[in-house]
Amino acid sequence: MLAKRIIPCLDVDNGRVKKGVNFINLVDVGDPVAIAAEYERQGADELVFLDITTTNERRATMADVVEKVSQQVFMPLTVGGGIHSVAAMEKLLQAGADKIAINSAAVANPTLIRQGAAKFGSQAIVVAIDVSFDPASQQYRVFTHGGQQATALSAIDWAQRVVQLGAGELLVTSMDKDGTKSGFDLHLYQQLGQAVDVPIIASGGAGTITDFTQLYQQTNVTGALAASIFHFKELTINNVKQALANKGVPVRL
Amino acid sequence: MIAVIDYGVGNVFNVLKACRYVGADVQLTADPASIQKADGIILPGVGAFRSAMDRLNQQQLVPLIKDTVKRGTPFLGICLGMQMLFASSTEFGVTPGLGLIPGQVIRLPQQADLQVPQVGWNQNRLQQDDSIFRDIDGCYTYFVHSYYAECPAKYVVASVDYGVQVPAIVQRGNVYGMQFHPEKSGKVGLNLLKAFMKEVQAHDLASN
Repeated sequence: MLAKRIIPCLDVDNGRVKKGVNFINLVDVGDPVAIAAEYERQGADELVFLDITTTNERRATMADVVEKVSQQVFMPLTVGGGIHSVAAMEKLLQAGADKIAINSAAVANPTLIRQGAAKFGSQAIVVAIDVSFDPASQQYRVFTHGGQQATALSAIDWAQRVVQLGAGELLVTSMDKDGTKSGFDLHLYQQLGQAVDVPIIASGGAGTITDFTQLYQQTNVTGALAASIFHFKELTINNVKQALANKGVPVRL
Repeated sequence: MIAVIDYGVGNVFNVLKACRYVGADVQLTADPASIQKADGIILPGVGAFRSAMDRLNQQQLVPLIKDTVKRGTPFLGICLGMQMLFASSTEFGVTPGLGLIPGQVIRLPQQADLQVPQVGWNQNRLQQDDSIFRDIDGCYTYFVHSYYAECPAKYVVASVDYGVQVPAIVQRGNVYGMQFHPEKSGKVGLNLLKAFMKEVQAHDLASN
């Protein structure tokens, strides 16, 4: 049986992992290679690197990070953040990325999804979607630019559209839940799971082991992404996976 | 030297990195002379069956591949490279493959709660105890694919359950195929590449 995935996310600023990751056995807390290797040891199923660099050397730096990580760590690597062109995708894929995540750039230019999928295959194109529930319209709404800009798009419509355009996977973050540690937005993922049939990675709200078991018992998402709870060792990936296995959720142990 | 066939499809760099990590002497090449004299051959591949076969044909690599296989050179197809070992595929109409293993590549069936493509780690069940890859039993490897090989059981070394039984490793003589990505399957994948490397060395010693 296919295992449900646990995916840590690393914010990378100028080639260094931001938010000092709290692993006592790491000498250099900002080194992406050391952190990736540690997560591999803990049983991470994939890694997502989000480039939060604001200077314009971002692409060169990120390619270098990916190149180094992929020489030492042998699991799927997704890279996102500031990727606006097929050329930028190609550079990162050649450096060793397996998947490219696009978010605001996909909203601004949906053809980018089709172009990327045509050139590299749908499996390489992840569309990241940041959503927040709008009580007025009773709909989940898409936001861009790191959640700063509201759009008129409904999350469900947008998810269906990007899949039609060739997205192979969706990484959907609930802005309402992000940082709250109050559990994943189960209602959102139930709706999305009905609407599209590509794999969905849920993000935002993970705080306890129960949050992961509820996510996998009550929705059909295939991956769960989290950052700070793993970075600060509030939970280890292995603990989460053990608990999931005890509840009968298939995981890779 | 193991030749990794360079025919301009997909991302082959991660295959090279993983092979080098386990100490294999690998070379990315489309040069007929290098492929001919290689001790082992890896055919990587990501993307669509037809365009990949078109490229192999355009570069006139098909007769060369068949010839090296006939001479006993250990040959490993990975992902799409594994699918191309079979007689044909139904992806975008029926396209002939290399025909090194009897069988046809068909689309994964639509099933409730099982998405196509299959993306993720699935658990292998060994079907042939004497395989060089027998350590895979019970281990998870990383899959990304929409099509799978339907072939006689005698060629299936290991399989995974995805509603249907998906051949994960196949073998016919010196021809091996892996539907998953060993280069993305952590330690398990690296050990499988090591096992292939050992087979290449053993064949090299035996033939010299």
